[in-house]
Amino acid sequence: MAAITTLGETPITPPASGQRGVHGRRRRRLNAFRYVVFAVFALFFILPLLAMARFSFEGAKLGTWSLSAWKQITAYQGSSGIPPLSSAVEITLELAVITCGVILVLLVPTMIWVRLRVQWLSRAIEFLCLLPLTIPSIVLVVGLGPIYNKIQHYSLSALMLFWIYVILALPYAYRALSAGLGAIDVTTISEAARSLGASWFTVMVRVIAPNMRQAILNAMLLSFSLVLGEFTIAFLLLYSNLQVELYSISRNTPNAGVIFSTSFAVLLFAFVLLLILSYAGRFRRGRG
Amino acid sequence: MTSSSQTTAGTVDRSAVEVRLEGLSRHYGPVVALDHLDLTLLPGELIALLGPSGCGKTTTLRLLAGLEDADTGRITVGGRDITRLPASKRDMGMVFQAYSLFPHMTVRQNVAFGLRLRRVGSAERDRHALEMLELVGLAAQADRYPHQLSGGQQQRVALARALAIEPQVLLLDEPLSALDAKVRAQLRDQIRRIQLEVGITTLFVTHDQEEALAIADRVGVMRDGRLEQLASPTEVYSRPATSFVAEFVGLSNRLEGEVRGGEVVVRGRTLPLVERDVPDGPAVALVRPEAVTMASHTAQESGPLVGTVIAVTFLGATSRVTVDLGDTTVLAQLSTSDAADLPAGSRVALTIRPDPVLVSSSSEPAVSAAGEDE
Repeated sequence: MAAITTLGETPITPPASGQRGVHGRRRRRLNAFRYVVFAVFALFFILPLLAMARFSFEGAKLGTWSLSAWKQITAYQGSSGIPPLSSAVEITLELAVITCGVILVLLVPTMIWVRLRVQWLSRAIEFLCLLPLTIPSIVLVVGLGPIYNKIQHYSLSALMLFWIYVILALPYAYRALSAGLGAIDVTTISEAARSLGASWFTVMVRVIAPNMRQAILNAMLLSFSLVLGEFTIAFLLLYSNLQVELYSISRNTPNAGVIFSTSFAVLLFAFVLLLILSYAGRFRRGRG
Repeated sequence: MTSSSQTTAGTVDRSAVEVRLEGLSRHYGPVVALDHLDLTLLPGELIALLGPSGCGKTTTLRLLAGLEDADTGRITVGGRDITRLPASKRDMGMVFQAYSLFPHMTVRQNVAFGLRLRRVGSAERDRHALEMLELVGLAAQADRYPHQLSGGQQQRVALARALAIEPQVLLLDEPLSALDAKVRAQLRDQIRRIQLEVGITTLFVTHDQEEALAIADRVGVMRDGRLEQLASPTEVYSRPATSFVAEFVGLSNRLEGEVRGGEVVVRGRTLPLVERDVPDGPAVALVRPEAVTMASHTAQESGPLVGTVIAVTFLGATSRVTVDLGDTTVLAQLSTSDAADLPAGSRVALTIRPDPVLVSSSSEPAVSAAGEDE
């Protein structure tokens, strides 16, 4: 509120209120800036998705709407040895679950053990876990090709891809778990548990792991999404997962809309799965 | 000391045990953390280990808890050799310096954790956990999570958790150091009350001399992995065994003097010695601030114990007065009402009460601040 004062008169408005006004304006400007940044990023991510969704409903004539591309996904039966889509979805999900399981069984106890008992090994473990980030997929495929040739010789299923996916997911899972371990005083709570009579196994399972629930969930989410989106290695090793299947659908069907409908369906599928996992974690945490 | 007792919350009856540490040594590379330490805790006794950073007090406690292994030596509890026993089988309750409650468990679950590991039935577990929480005055917070408690409350829950398993020995590793002064004093008294009620043999590690003197049956002052003195708090304070103990426990004035025939002459005043077999010659006498009194000095003439007040530090009921004697400064601890008559700048004449004093060689350096963490 402005006050009219003559020269030399003390203004009626207290200075604190003026400061509040300045702070308020600054806060409003900052908020506006945040909304603008958020909107720009939202458009950047959402526009291509919206375009993809729109194309997936494209009819035979340009500008018309149709569900035919979506109907063709379910109707697709595969050709020349390529299994139907449902089988690819199933394999990909199984691969994701196995990869998550192996990563957790391998990494969680190792990292806790290293933190508690062999701290001097932590640098070496970190280096090993982050190493796959620096190796291109094609190099991995070339390196592991002979092994997978042997595997294929025994007609083992695409589930065998989990070995390589575990390696690929290691850096992400390691980072997530490392952040979780860093957030708790592992040494003190494990010593407290030990002094109360807990074995090392109990310390890991009942004391430390429950406090890393969010980190474990994050590691799972990252591993899961990596497997859901992996194409290069499966394709080059001649295995068929969901991404490879989508690629073959788009190559083998005359309706271009199918590419978009399948891609969009996969995105939705992954998004819903990750959302479920994320909410499951929050729900558990809420209950304590 | 009690060998068995009852708690206020219920009947917790146990026989206290004797703990013996014999020739314990521990090295970290070239650093000697513990050097052939011998220490016996009598049944139901509370011993406080006190010392500067790196003196080996925490190492002693961790060796006793089984969290580290001794290089040499033997630990017995109630006559049983536990030197090679893992921490989980030692039957000791421990409270840590850092907050050590399990964040994902409620207060009740934390306290019941040790009982659950011992396969105590759920109803009995709950009842006992609540008893322990009543003992530390936190039964109303049983269903809260650690992050909903203050630091002092968390340490009380940690104490309840340590006591819930009815351990043979209670180990307290600077449990009060993260708390503010008022809570620290309250919890210190509570720990002592509970320890006496439960009658458990207890080892308390602290770097706070006031805490050690207030809480312990005996105080062990450590230096460089060795025990310098193990005695009652009064004896440690008034009859320190070494100049290190004298300077570490409480403040001491270092006044140059001359030892003559079992006494020391300091600035014209003769004081008796704690140890009379000190050879004659120059020495530094360690005089407590509370042994120094003073009065206003209006006369013009000066003397060896006449000086000027340069600072008065208000400490509550007492005040610390710093007096400049020209060639040295002397600290005196007076009641605040007496100190009020002696503002900075006033001329004063000091009197040194003839309490037995220790002397150290004049080349020996003074002990640095005692309030460091280990």
